[in-house]
Amino acid sequence: MAKKISILIVDDEESVRDSLLNWFIEDGFRVECAENAKKALTMLESDQFDIILADIKMPGMDGLEMLKRIKSLKRDSIVIMMTAFATVDTAVKALKDGAFDYVTKPFDPDDLTHLIRNATKQISLADENESLKKKVISLENVEDLIGNSEAMKNVLREVESVAQTNSSVIITGESGTGKELVARAIHSNSPRKFFPFVSVHCGALTESLLESELFGHEKGAFTGAMYNRKGRFEMADSGSIFLDEIATISTKMQVELLRVLESKTFIRVGGNKEISSDFRVICATNKDLKSMVEKGTFREDLFYRLNVVNIHIPPLRERIEDIPLLVDYFINKYCTSMNRAPVAIDQSALKRLQEFNFPGNIRELENMIERAIVVGNGKKIGLKDLPLEKTMVNPAAESLDDFEKSFIQQILDKYGWNISRAAKALKVDRVTLYHKIKKYDLKPADQ
Amino acid sequence: MNLQNITLVSFGYFEKDFLEKIAEAVKNEFRCPVSIKEGHIDLSDFYDPARRQYNGNTLLKQVDSLSFPGSAKTLGLFNVDLFIPILTFIFGQAFLGGQTAIASLHRFSNEHYGMISDDRFLLDRSRKEVIHELGHTLGLIHCHTPTCVMRSSTYVEDIDQKDQHLCSNCRANLEL
Repeated sequence: MAKKISILIVDDEESVRDSLLNWFIEDGFRVECAENAKKALTMLESDQFDIILADIKMPGMDGLEMLKRIKSLKRDSIVIMMTAFATVDTAVKALKDGAFDYVTKPFDPDDLTHLIRNATKQISLADENESLKKKVISLENVEDLIGNSEAMKNVLREVESVAQTNSSVIITGESGTGKELVARAIHSNSPRKFFPFVSVHCGALTESLLESELFGHEKGAFTGAMYNRKGRFEMADSGSIFLDEIATISTKMQVELLRVLESKTFIRVGGNKEISSDFRVICATNKDLKSMVEKGTFREDLFYRLNVVNIHIPPLRERIEDIPLLVDYFINKYCTSMNRAPVAIDQSALKRLQEFNFPGNIRELENMIERAIVVGNGKKIGLKDLPLEKTMVNPAAESLDDFEKSFIQQILDKYGWNISRAAKALKVDRVTLYHKIKKYDLKPADQ
Repeated sequence: MNLQNITLVSFGYFEKDFLEKIAEAVKNEFRCPVSIKEGHIDLSDFYDPARRQYNGNTLLKQVDSLSFPGSAKTLGLFNVDLFIPILTFIFGQAFLGGQTAIASLHRFSNEHYGMISDDRFLLDRSRKEVIHELGHTLGLIHCHTPTCVMRSSTYVEDIDQKDQHLCSNCRANLEL
């Protein structure tokens, strides 16, 4: 059901109040009246009104002063000013002070209808905006960071405490641990959440491209610069900029970046106008920046400028208790996106996942689960659906022999100990494979 | 709805046939007896020389104060230009859910808009406005159905667009 719009009429003339009251009641609005500004302000303290129609000339506090007070109470109030003595100055002043519109008494019935229609449209747009904002918040929630381990709880605590500040943050952690997700969580829980979150993958761009990407460029600045283009710093105005793989930027870019971070101003490539932007910097790296500073490959001053807060995300192998939760999360995610019924996971498969090293961390686990849902039987994810054997890195392998033994075992298990197929996959003849089986005393996994 | 009686009170000169046609339409719409009476008010008391119009608010109150025995709802019919202090003009007005309404035919003739006289338009617009205002006295608010007689009309063109009948929702609200 549509919301019933409420209107407060503020006018010292009883006949005006009565006229408007009758007119709006016939339109089905909830209408209240106040004969002066003081009474109106008292009513506004205890009641909410969508639209306030107020006369400018009233004894005591005038309409313009009341407008200021209403706006200081509720910035998005819709206040329509009425006057019998229209002057351009008062109209301009009312609109400057935040009035929604300004009308001269008496007005045409059709104008009044249009005025209220526009105001109600504004109210419904504001309501829609509010509900969309709520949706955005739910999309970017910290809940997207999955984990019950003490390590993850620490990360969440750090995210929540740092989000409210404006400090620069460096997020460290191995590749695939979810550094961008943490950066988004910081942004979406900060006062900047309704402004852009701009992400730049520094490692993917050459020095000149990165410069143009970050600062923007003017038309004709270089071959192919056919149009003026805003840079990422400009796009991130009032929001946050996420610089991923910050350790990969060149020494020249480090100098440029330091200057921008200190002044929050920059010049587009090929331009001469200084542009200022209010952004928060969040960086991420999988390198040890401190040792890079010691080696002289990363500027110390830039390091200290960026490293106001450091959040370290532990690798997945150090929080294996989170694996079942993450597996459930990814199963739900992909089953929903593929429009499939939720599948379960075999306990042996889950156990094997918890024993696995995951050099690619959560990203690798996510890809494994997605693949298992695509190639699986649609009911249960089993060991055979997980491409664990394809990973060439084995933490247990301390020598070439250990690695060879483990690798041959995985291939044999994969082909169900069919010697011919396993030998073909290993690109050796059957005799060599038998020889290796004997040498390493290999047996089928279920024996 | 079981309405006892509606009274149309003419304040000014209207042809008998014209009033009867309006009364017939009201009777058919609200399914209740409609009587026609003649009323007398000194309109000079309600005249605003600055606006050269008649104050609809005070006229409505005046009609409401008059006694019409046996009448459940009363509509005063005028032929003068009505206004309310905040608006440049009105076609009519009513006490929502009350007993009294007023309507004026002043702006319903084609001549008022520099067009060739056509009594059919005058009668058609008058019927719709009278039913509309009486609808308010029965508690109906403006309806968004484009053809419903309870749709808000700020110009005669708007009145011409709509039907002279209540839509099914408004009829249901009145339990007609």
